Amino acid sequence: MAFWDYANPTRFLRLVQVLLPWLIGLCLLFFAVGLYMSLFIAPEDYQQGATVRIMYLHVPAAWLCMMCYSVMTLSSIGTLVWKHPLADVSAKSAAPIGAAFTFMALVTGSLWGKPMWGTYWVWDARLTSVLVLLIMYLGLMTLWRTMEDQIKAGKAAAVLTLVGALNLPIIKFSVDWWNTLHQPASVIRMDGPTIHPDLLWPLVIMAIAFTLFFFVIHLMAMRNEILRRRVRNLRMRAAAASHPGTAAATAQPAE
Amino acid sequence: MTGWAMALFQRDLRLSIRVGGSALVGVLFFLAVVTVIPFGVGPDLNLLSRIGPAILWIGALLATLLGLDRLFQADRDDGTLDLMLMAGRPLELVVLIKCLAHWAATGLPLVVAAPLLSIFLNVDLVAMGAVTLTLLVGTPALTLIGAIGASLTVALRRGGLLLAVLVVPLAIPVLIFGVSAADAAIHDPVPFMTPFLILCALSLIAAVIGPVASAAALRFSAE
Amino acid sequence: MHRRISFWSLALKLIADNLTIDRGGRRVFQGLSFSLDSAAALVVTGANGIGKSSLLRTLAGLVTLAKGEIRLEGGEPDRLPQEHAHYFGHQDAVKPALSVLENLKFWQSFASPAKVSGFGETGRSPMDALETLGIGHTAHLPAAYLSAGQKRRLSLSRLLVTPRPIWLMDEPTSALDKASEKQLLDLMNTHLSDGGMIITATHTELALNNPKNLHLEAAAPDAVAPEEMI
Repeated sequence: MAFWDYANPTRFLRLVQVLLPWLIGLCLLFFAVGLYMSLFIAPEDYQQGATVRIMYLHVPAAWLCMMCYSVMTLSSIGTLVWKHPLADVSAKSAAPIGAAFTFMALVTGSLWGKPMWGTYWVWDARLTSVLVLLIMYLGLMTLWRTMEDQIKAGKAAAVLTLVGALNLPIIKFSVDWWNTLHQPASVIRMDGPTIHPDLLWPLVIMAIAFTLFFFVIHLMAMRNEILRRRVRNLRMRAAAASHPGTAAATAQPAE
Repeated sequence: MTGWAMALFQRDLRLSIRVGGSALVGVLFFLAVVTVIPFGVGPDLNLLSRIGPAILWIGALLATLLGLDRLFQADRDDGTLDLMLMAGRPLELVVLIKCLAHWAATGLPLVVAAPLLSIFLNVDLVAMGAVTLTLLVGTPALTLIGAIGASLTVALRRGGLLLAVLVVPLAIPVLIFGVSAADAAIHDPVPFMTPFLILCALSLIAAVIGPVASAAALRFSAE
Repeated sequence: MHRRISFWSLALKLIADNLTIDRGGRRVFQGLSFSLDSAAALVVTGANGIGKSSLLRTLAGLVTLAKGEIRLEGGEPDRLPQEHAHYFGHQDAVKPALSVLENLKFWQSFASPAKVSGFGETGRSPMDALETLGIGHTAHLPAAYLSAGQKRRLSLSRLLVTPRPIWLMDEPTSALDKASEKQLLDLMNTHLSDGGMIITATHTELALNNPKNLHLEAAAPDAVAPEEMI
């Protein structure tokens, strides 16, 4: 068990080395096709005109900000239940990516909202929930940064991530409730099945491209984090070497 | 079993009453928040009575967050927390009892002060009752959710601000239903009981999630 | 007679097997094994920063083990080893706002006693414990007025009111004068003769009955390869 735990980061790095070029290639391919389809082939909306194309960035980003939190939740379970060191690395490197996609979803959403609603921001239930999600991502990142000990920080962040995962549905529910109280539905509703295939296909391909993109940068960030921790360990060892008293100790009971 | 629980409750209550008068500071902060709002939005009594319940709730939220950072830190600083971890008592219950004692010392005074402060905000009698009742039911949830933040930041020197950032998103549902219930009592798009019962449910959920999560965080912080 | 039978069937024995601890990504020590019988003391020595305190905190269940295990034979079956132990560390866990007696009474009712056969202590009354340690006259004063040595003795009285067979003591003599040190030694030896056990990290010589010595010393620096840890 312990051997597997410790050996894994090295095996993981080797796996990343092999996997990354393929993932990057596939990701570029999907982006090329997806962008071409969404910018040139997909029809303009008869009401919204070309602004409808923001959807091809907005919807995948919104999908990813949810998926990224799910990845972090799974990683946190890995940290707390199996105490796997890679789970901690995975959760830590996913947080800034999730925050970036959440930010992107908010920015594209409000750019899309300007022509649609006449204002950059409305306190719509979805926008509000995503804003809360962004605050949670940023809070988690801050928690990681403020704690000196990476292992403790990882555990603390895992607890918070899981509490957040339990709370997100409650937050969504309450924001929906609050929104129906204060604001009659003023927002376009896009129900899955009614969307025209010409709009749907570019969207699906863009969503796949974004997902691949997430995995590419997530793997890269994990690799960097592992290397960063190794550098830290080497430095710590270098410091310990000059003070033999603080190096690793073994003990034999005298007597 | 009840013996140790009572001992802990009494000890924490005594400490919060004797040290620094945290109850008084919380109520004073509550008063200060309620006092500055009219300077921000203007002295229009109609407006104030309309947003009064919301102001009281936000004031209570901020006052609760303000007092939470010492919930576990004081015990950690003098080594008490280590001894609590090995006392042979379920840590989740220990956290729950500490939260109850903390609420009784700092949350309850806010609830008691709420009717008085609603007079400043021109809140009418029915709404005054409603807002006090929702605060009575809802502030324990704020303390219990805040305990998670307090245990996560227990090792940090200046954890207070970070605690607020971590806790505020989790406390949004409590705020929403607390204010909705108070509003519903005055002008009714919805009946009072619906949001009120959801608020009760949130407090009960927080009584489970809060102690479990902060006990886990406290165990990790002892290392 | 009855006591003798139970002593043979359920002799108290603390076993530490292959303990390995990492703290802050650094390996503190590895492969540490020892066992301790009741009525015996283990004195842990070694240079500063070698991991004496970490060892005691590990035995107290406050630090999780990277490898190895700690067992207690003959203890209460459904309780962890650390719930049979008192930890007497550098911090006194004394609340200045409470009176001396309030401080002690809280620990008496909060920490659960461990009833183990072959261990004779029953737990003294708080007043009795304070009198024994010579701070009985301060019982009703707020603990804020105590001197460092008196606070230390108040903290020590905690070990007398709740009977637990294992005492984990990190530098127990710090902040104590010669007279109190003698008194502490008497208490420790009484605890041993009652069938308890003591594990202590110390720089000063303590004339304990039946002591074993555990000396921690630095290993070769590359005991841990950096690639193994992330």
